[in-house]
Amino acid sequence: MIEIRNLVKTFGRRVVLRGVNLTIQEGEFVTLMGANGAGKTTLMHIVANLSKPTAGDVFINGFRLADAASQLRRYIGLVSHKTLLYDDLTAAQNLRFYARMYDVPQAEERIETVLRQVGLWGRQHDPVRTYSRGMQQRLAIARAILHNPPILLLDEPDTGLDQHASDMLGKLLHAVGVSQRTILMTTHNLERGLSLGNRVVILAKGKIAYDARREAVSVDELRQQYYRYVTAN
Amino acid sequence: MATQTAVSEQKETTTGGFDWGLALTVVSGVLMLAALFMALVWAPDAANLKAPAERAAQRIFYFHVPSAWIGFLAFIVAAGASVMYLVTRRQKWDIWALSSVEIGVAFFAMVMLSGPIWAKPTWNVWWTWDPRLTISTISWLLYIGYMMLRGAVDNPDRQARFAAVYAIIAAMSIPINWMAIRWWRTIHPAVVLPGNNSAAQGGFGMTGSIATTLIFCVVAFTVFYAALMYHRIKLENLKRRVDTLRQKILYR
Amino acid sequence: MNCASSTTAMLPQTELNVAESVEDTAPPAQATAVPPGGIAAYARKVLAIVGKDVAAEIRTKEMISAMVVFSLLIILIFNFAFDLRAENLNTVAPGVLWVSIAFAGMLGLSRSFILELDRGVLDGLLLTPVDRSAIYFGKMLGNVLFIGVVEVIILPVFVILFNQSASALPLLVGVVVLGTIGFASVGTLFSAMAVHTRAREVLLPIMLFPVVIPVMLSAVRLTSGILDRLPFEDVSHWLVLLIAFDAIFIAASFMLFEYVVEE
Repeated sequence: MIEIRNLVKTFGRRVVLRGVNLTIQEGEFVTLMGANGAGKTTLMHIVANLSKPTAGDVFINGFRLADAASQLRRYIGLVSHKTLLYDDLTAAQNLRFYARMYDVPQAEERIETVLRQVGLWGRQHDPVRTYSRGMQQRLAIARAILHNPPILLLDEPDTGLDQHASDMLGKLLHAVGVSQRTILMTTHNLERGLSLGNRVVILAKGKIAYDARREAVSVDELRQQYYRYVTAN
Repeated sequence: MATQTAVSEQKETTTGGFDWGLALTVVSGVLMLAALFMALVWAPDAANLKAPAERAAQRIFYFHVPSAWIGFLAFIVAAGASVMYLVTRRQKWDIWALSSVEIGVAFFAMVMLSGPIWAKPTWNVWWTWDPRLTISTISWLLYIGYMMLRGAVDNPDRQARFAAVYAIIAAMSIPINWMAIRWWRTIHPAVVLPGNNSAAQGGFGMTGSIATTLIFCVVAFTVFYAALMYHRIKLENLKRRVDTLRQKILYR
Repeated sequence: MNCASSTTAMLPQTELNVAESVEDTAPPAQATAVPPGGIAAYARKVLAIVGKDVAAEIRTKEMISAMVVFSLLIILIFNFAFDLRAENLNTVAPGVLWVSIAFAGMLGLSRSFILELDRGVLDGLLLTPVDRSAIYFGKMLGNVLFIGVVEVIILPVFVILFNQSASALPLLVGVVVLGTIGFASVGTLFSAMAVHTRAREVLLPIMLFPVVIPVMLSAVRLTSGILDRLPFEDVSHWLVLLIAFDAIFIAASFMLFEYVVEE
């Protein structure tokens, strides 16, 4: 469970988040939407403990992130805009390195499992720089779930993917066991956001502007809401 | 943003009662004029120095030594403020550190200029690789590096953090540098801490009115430093407030 | 390869036992610099970082080869610049050695964190449940190792070109190791800062050289002491200074590194 309370983040004199409150229950899949620069990535980075909030708190399973950050990071996986992979190393070397950093038990078996899940088993001894963008993104997802985190943060996992690859995203996320994890995902694609998640949230002007369950909203309605908040910015 | 404007507005209102800025400016102005009079007119010639040029040049030291003192003081203040910034994350301390380094760099520039002017008639060279000269040069370069680092980082939070880290390391390196360079070689006259340094040349006995003048100059320079700090901090506060207001207009 | 042990097997296999394991492993009241799993786990992570830097370097061989060639070129240029002859060799040799080490080291240090920034992998490192200081030590040891490899190659060349006896080598190695640690301690910290600046690697030497002057001075003095076969007492204070510098600046960088990498 993720609890975000009164989160404020300023970059110098620019305020990005002005008091965000959001609670994500265990097993929920929340899609976060908003204009570019609305603070989606900033929010993700704060939950992932890559960035410190100016004010406010994040609780992971009831524990304050600021108090036990280096232990709580174990329960979080992040897929970011960037791959977070070393281009010069092979897929296997990358995952082996991260497995050691996360203390993954039976690392070799686990690496094989996740590589099979994302369909890269067989290519594991090729350097990452030889991979296509889509393959790199799949490896990035494998990296994020390597340590089996109960919480998964997906920051625009569909950027840079071609139509086919991003259509595969849903299947892929399903394959890596999305249904058992608590998920926060950002995307610019309204249809995909609505079809993957079971709750939709819009971030505008540094606050949660809209919050609805999937059952309660149609794509057209969401689009209307989205443009209302995004263009009002 | 809210906390920050609150800080700078608070600053505005607290100055309402007694104008520290004006008081510091006037006092330091009077003290500096008095210091100038004492150094150039009131203090007698150093008895053991024979050549007229040497006697005239000796008076440089009334400003040279206090400048070096302010240079080092400014860097100690900057390091202290940097530690405070990393602990509290309050912009105030970042502004203190930044202001202090800038003033310190200016005073060290004076040390670097006045040193050779004194050294030429006394040692007959503009420059020697004497420890005090060398350490002043290194400190000066260290803090020019500080300002370059600030200039090369766009994100204001990161700029403040990096600058603080650098200022702390730089301040720690000065005593170690000082030791290393002293062991390396030494011919500077030990004026402040007379030692058994036989290699020192151009030294002179410091008694009576010479000592009084030097002490007075150090005090005057310290007040001058405080006045400069006050105005530099105020200026930076105003500058950051302008930035905040501009951001408010742009991002509304 | 299997690093599973009882201390590290606290990873949740399913999300059902997450809450319990958090309570087991993360008492918020005592969140300190001590990493979970103790010193052994901490050291394993430091070594993992060194290991992946080495693996990447073995694959590309870019950095070390550039550093070696660069340091050899510096020795060569000094030869022309000073017109080295038998009578002035011992005066100039220590300086030449240390300038070439410092410049080659600067080359390595400036690349050190650029590699981490390329694909956002520094974020990837910061996501892992290790203390920030483990990242510092991993990167620092990697830098010491890379500069060390360069030194292994240029030291014999130095001994030959400057006509020194090979018996000086063991002592020289000791001084070179201590000097390199001092250089890399602050260098790694500053390298992590320099990559986030607009000027990137341009700024690193400007920040680093004034701070590491004591390292250069004491290393040069110790080296000439070795080459001139001076008694140990004549140069022992330089050794003390060098070790003190290493200790002080490793401790300071260890404490300050987390302020550099946070966002």
